[in-house]
Amino acid sequence: MTEHPEATGPSVTGAQSLVKSLENAGVDTIFGIPGGAILPAYDPLMDSTRIRHILVRHEQAGGHAAQGYAAATGRVGVCMATSGPGATNLVTPLADAHMDSVPMVAVTGQVGAAMIGTDAFQEADIRGITMPVTKHNFLVTDPAEIPVKIAEAFHIASTGRPGPVLVDIAKSALQATTTFDWPSGINLPGYRPVTRPHTKQIREAVKLILEARRPVLYVGGGVIRSGASRELLRLAEFTGMPVVTTLMALGAFPDSHPQHLGMPGMHGTVAAVAGLQKSDLIISLGARFDDRVTGNLDSFAPNALVVHADIDPAEIGKNRHADVPIVGDAREVISELTSLLVAQADAGHTGDYEGWVDFLAGVKKRYPLGYDAPADGSLAPQHVIERLSAIAGPEAIYCSGVGQHQMWAAHFVKYENPRTWINSGGLGTMGFSVPSAMGAKVGRPDTTVWSIDGDGCFQMTNQELATCAIEGIPIKVALINNESLGMVRQWQTLFYNERYSNTDLHSKRIPDFVKLAEAYGCVGLSCETPGDVDSVIEKAMSIDDVPVVVDFRVHRDAMVWPMVAAGTSNDEIKYARDLAPTFDEDELV
Amino acid sequence: MSTSTKHTLSVLVEDKPGVLARIAGLFSRRGFNIDSLAVGPTEHPDVSRMTIVVDVESSPMEQVVKQLNKLVEVIKIVELDPTASVARELVMVKVRADSETRGQVLDTVQLFRAKVIDVAPDAVTIQITGNAGKIADFLRVLEPFGIRELVQSGMVAIGRGSRSITERTVRPVPVPVPTAPPAPAAPATPAAVG
Repeated sequence: MTEHPEATGPSVTGAQSLVKSLENAGVDTIFGIPGGAILPAYDPLMDSTRIRHILVRHEQAGGHAAQGYAAATGRVGVCMATSGPGATNLVTPLADAHMDSVPMVAVTGQVGAAMIGTDAFQEADIRGITMPVTKHNFLVTDPAEIPVKIAEAFHIASTGRPGPVLVDIAKSALQATTTFDWPSGINLPGYRPVTRPHTKQIREAVKLILEARRPVLYVGGGVIRSGASRELLRLAEFTGMPVVTTLMALGAFPDSHPQHLGMPGMHGTVAAVAGLQKSDLIISLGARFDDRVTGNLDSFAPNALVVHADIDPAEIGKNRHADVPIVGDAREVISELTSLLVAQADAGHTGDYEGWVDFLAGVKKRYPLGYDAPADGSLAPQHVIERLSAIAGPEAIYCSGVGQHQMWAAHFVKYENPRTWINSGGLGTMGFSVPSAMGAKVGRPDTTVWSIDGDGCFQMTNQELATCAIEGIPIKVALINNESLGMVRQWQTLFYNERYSNTDLHSKRIPDFVKLAEAYGCVGLSCETPGDVDSVIEKAMSIDDVPVVVDFRVHRDAMVWPMVAAGTSNDEIKYARDLAPTFDEDELV
Repeated sequence: MSTSTKHTLSVLVEDKPGVLARIAGLFSRRGFNIDSLAVGPTEHPDVSRMTIVVDVESSPMEQVVKQLNKLVEVIKIVELDPTASVARELVMVKVRADSETRGQVLDTVQLFRAKVIDVAPDAVTIQITGNAGKIADFLRVLEPFGIRELVQSGMVAIGRGSRSITERTVRPVPVPVPTAPPAPAAPATPAAVG
């Protein structure tokens, strides 16, 4: 362990022990806000040369920034907050990270050990509160335990199915004198994630793959978390099987690849939805058959057998029966599947999917993602995002909030690389975009980071523009301003007789986003006509020293298509309003 | 009453603060019904054992076990087969018994091999251990005398034979500590495709 700055030392305060522990765990960045109970930790933190603390404006944003950092780099994101309200403000990012399997450690101060349970000032039982939304959490009252709990937290957060871990440390433990001993090993008898798939299950899966006529690779966020994109590309190209990537997996497989059918689900492409729905074998890799993907479960892919590979055994068979369950890390599973398929091919056994691939190619060609330009010449949000993708390119990172703009960013940005698309998939947290972009930019400072945000989302967390401006984190924000809570409005249009209850934000009038950006020390730009889109994006791309906000004032009635209405079968997919795709089943051999 | 949806789980957990809250919270938020829960120490000082009786169909049962296994402090879960295990509950019951009825009550106690643990002029307190069926029968017989108060433990259960579910599971298996010296800024991205 020679790379550690200091393995053991003389007596230190609990706070010093915490900072040393974080340094030993490899932390280089913390997003946080000090306050009473965590205050002792901030004193030695000031002297740390290895850790950069970024003072955010709201703890929720600190949490999302840690998520963005983790998603962009693959390392553990770290945030810090004080007790009570500081800690409860972290509940949303913790829940978000839990749903989307983001490796993250949150350190919170707690009131002094003697005060716990007395309803002391700024006391909240954050361990109790966050039990259901963390992978694990700790309350530390003994200063001697700080190093081992921090080591355990990072181990748990980053191994197996990644997730958030909260370490709540009593102020009395931070203030006490203790010795610092970085542990040489961790003993968690109940935590032994399985990463190596069982050979027998791999054989069973390969047997089904070779027998199938209509197989599809259903790729989830686990492939990105495990860094298995290269292995996936090899498996897909070797077998010729079509690929769908879920919202969490965009970038795991190149959008430009001819075998890629797109994103499945409620707003999936017709080809991806059909690819799952009409398949006879779904090979699920790090995906979890979420309701947004399956629609009505009883009618989802009715003729398909399922090979379900996941590092979390509890996901296998949770929603859909798995004919071949495989517990393991996506990268190892994919590598082993490929090796065995190669061996089978050498022995003359290969699958025959030609008719299926041709059928899906026809569907993909007939029903591409598209949109109609507004008749009045105003700006189409899809056009803005399409141009942004073309100009910023596939090396940039795109972070979105939640709603219509998120779906358009999923549809119209062309992803070629993993870790370039960061969004709140499972929890659906509005306001995720700006702070996660901030975190991503800190983790990948040489990469262009675009926040694609809605006007509703943006107003939940835009205070972090101040952090970005002051800390030198030049993110770029493409504000898709349709002056509404657009996705809710779309549902009101379709399912509530166009009764627009409380979805009009008037945000083309208030606030003035350009002035708001300028007030925060950013460059504010505005764009209202299709002809100006390219030039304003290019201008934003040319500014590298400060954050940029572009207020794209778009047509408010644009809708996200295709769509499978909530709770209905994926067979009911609509390509556009009242327009169902037709499949020529005869094409299927 | 059908017993086909009842499952008895022996759960070995680390003896840490909050572990009961974690397990209770998991059952409640995932909508699993607990029929009975008993916790106590084991022959290993750091390990507690819970006996949980769950009322679910068999396929959600698999989810119960998998979700429990995800809790970091849960070391091992074994579902006990009713035919290959012994299960007991303990009840203390205070029954009205005056000079006229006391004899009948004591006969019942003898019949069920229960035990009187306290006597008052107009009541006796009885302790009985047994499986759920025996206890239900006993209480049915006592009912006419007048049950004044009753307290019942959760069920505890153990497998028959000489095998132990604890002996192989509590060995320490240390893993290396995380030591992530910051990697080069750019993470691995696959070679450009296309």
